[in-house]
Amino acid sequence: MSEADGIVRLRQPIGVEYSWSAGPNATSHLSGLMNGKLIGKRCPSCTLVYFPPRNGVCPKCAAILAEDVEVGPKGTISTFCVVNVPFLGQKVKIPYVAAQIVLDGADISMQHLIQECEADEVRIGMRVEPVWKDRSEWGPTLESIAHFRPTGEPDAALGSKAGES
Amino acid sequence: MAERCAVVGVGQTNHSSCRADVSIAGLVREAVDRALADAGITIQDVDAVVIGKAPDSLEGVAMPELWLADALAAHGKPVFRVHTAGSVGGSTAIVAAQHVMAGIHGTVLTIGFEKQSDGNAMWALSVPIPFGMPVHAGAGGYFSPIVRGYITRSGAPSHIGAMVAVKDRTNACKNPYAHLHEPDWTLEKALETPMLWDPIRFIETCPSSDGAMALVLMSEERAEKMSGPKAWVHATAMRSEPTAFAGREQVSPRAGEMCAEDLWRKGGITKPAEEIDVVEMYVPFAWFEPMWLENLGFAPRNEGWRWVEDGVTEMTGSLPVNPSGGVLSSNPIGASGMIRFGEACMQVMGTAGEHQIDGAKKAVGHAYGGGSQFFAMWLVSSLKP
Ligand SMILES: [Zn+2]
Repeated sequence: MSEADGIVRLRQPIGVEYSWSAGPNATSHLSGLMNGKLIGKRCPSCTLVYFPPRNGVCPKCAAILAEDVEVGPKGTISTFCVVNVPFLGQKVKIPYVAAQIVLDGADISMQHLIQECEADEVRIGMRVEPVWKDRSEWGPTLESIAHFRPTGEPDAALGSKAGES
Repeated sequence: MAERCAVVGVGQTNHSSCRADVSIAGLVREAVDRALADAGITIQDVDAVVIGKAPDSLEGVAMPELWLADALAAHGKPVFRVHTAGSVGGSTAIVAAQHVMAGIHGTVLTIGFEKQSDGNAMWALSVPIPFGMPVHAGAGGYFSPIVRGYITRSGAPSHIGAMVAVKDRTNACKNPYAHLHEPDWTLEKALETPMLWDPIRFIETCPSSDGAMALVLMSEERAEKMSGPKAWVHATAMRSEPTAFAGREQVSPRAGEMCAEDLWRKGGITKPAEEIDVVEMYVPFAWFEPMWLENLGFAPRNEGWRWVEDGVTEMTGSLPVNPSGGVLSSNPIGASGMIRFGEACMQVMGTAGEHQIDGAKKAVGHAYGGGSQFFAMWLVSSLKP
C-alpha cells in the first residue's frame, strides 16, 4: 500500500518565533558588533581568546570568560567549504564560500562569507578582512559584516590551526 | 562485575526515501516485529523499552517516544528516550545494554528510527544561529571544511572519497534492507558527480531515508534459554566533547580516540586491525572512512586513505568496513547508529546473508553525532566474554 492506494498524507506547516537571551557575558561582544568593533574574551585559566565568546565559558577549562579583548579586524582562512547545494531558507546565492576565519589575536575560528574573489581562488592561509554593512544596518549579530574579502597580503602560515574549523 | 548481555534479535525496516505506506508508528513496529520474530519472543516478554531518534524538529513531532508507547505495547513498562544527535542509535543501544548489565531488566527492546520524508532535515539542520552569520548549509556544509582539513594534512589524493562511496554502494546491493541499490557505479562515473559542498561530491554523501532498527537484548540467564544465534556484548564505550574550543582537533576528535581506547581496553583488544573481523562504521560522508580508520586506532595517522586505496576495507579485504553499504546507502538518521550496531551483531550471529563476512567472530559497531562530538561504540562477539 502507498499513497497511490489512497493513503492520506497531510502537509502541516509549523512556525514559531523565539526570544533568545544572550546573557551578560555576551553583551560586550554583541554591543561591539553594533559599533563596528570585534570584541572577544580571554579565558583567565588557559589565556586563549574566544571570538565569538559563545556561552561566556571556556569549553576546555569551564572558567568564566571575563576579560574583553579586541581582535582582528584582519584574519586568516583556516579551512572552507564551497556551497553548491540549494536548500529551503538559504540566505546567500550559490555558489558561495563559507570559510572558517581565525581573526588576528583570536585562538578559535568563526564562520563567515568570502566575497570579492572567485570561489576557486580561496585557499587555506589566505588573509582576509571584514567589509562592514552601512552603519544604519549594524546590529547585535555577525551579519553587521556583509562579508570578508582578500587583503592581498601574502598567505599566513597557520601551523597547527591549518585545516581547523 | 556486570551481568553478561547478549543481543538475541535484530530487525530492521526496508529503508527508502519515502515510506509513505506507513506512519512513524508503523515504521517502528515493522522493525520491532522483525526483531521479536528473530528473537523468537513476543512483545509481552519485553521488560523495558529504550528508544532513540535525532532532533524532534526533523519530523515535527515532539516527544515521539511517548506517542509511540501504544505501538510498542509499552504501557506499564519503563520507556526511556536517549538523545545524542546522529550517534543516538548507538548510544540508545548502549543504554539498553546497560539496563541488562546492571541487572535491572532481563529483556530489553531498543529502537532507533527516523522518517526523514515527513520533514526536512536540511532545513532543520540549517536554521540560522542567533547573532551568527547565516552561511552554514546543513551537515555537508559543516563537515566539508573538516574533510578539506584531512585532505590537506594527510596528502590524500582526491579520488579516495569516491572509492569509498563506490565500495559502499556496491556492498549495499547485497543488502535487501538498504535504501540505495545502485549496482552500476564505477570510480570514473563517481568522479563525474558534481561537487555539492566542495570538496564533497554528490556520490560521497548519504541519502535521506525513512527507516528503523530494533534489537532485543537479554541477560545471560535468559539468553541461554534461547536457541537462536547470539551476539554477546563484550564492551561498550561513549565519549563526548564540546562542538568548538580553541585548539580542538576536528579531523580526529580526542573524544573519538578516547571512546575507541576505552572500547579496546574493556574488550581486551590490543591490535584492533588484526583482532577485529568486520566494522560497521558511521560514514555519512565518504571521506570519514579513512578519517575514522585513523581516529579509532585501526590505521596510523595520515595512512587511512592508503588502506582505502589498497582495498583493505573491501568485503574481500583484511578489515571489511560497512559490508551492509553503511550510512552512505541508508540514512534514517536516528536509526543509522543502531543499524551499525545491529549489523555488527548480524555478522557475528552469521545472519547477514549475502553481505556476511565468513567466519566473523568479533565485530564493532560505531556511531558519531553532532559536530563530531558524540561517540558511541560496541564490540560484539559470537563467543561469550
Ligand atoms: Zn580556558
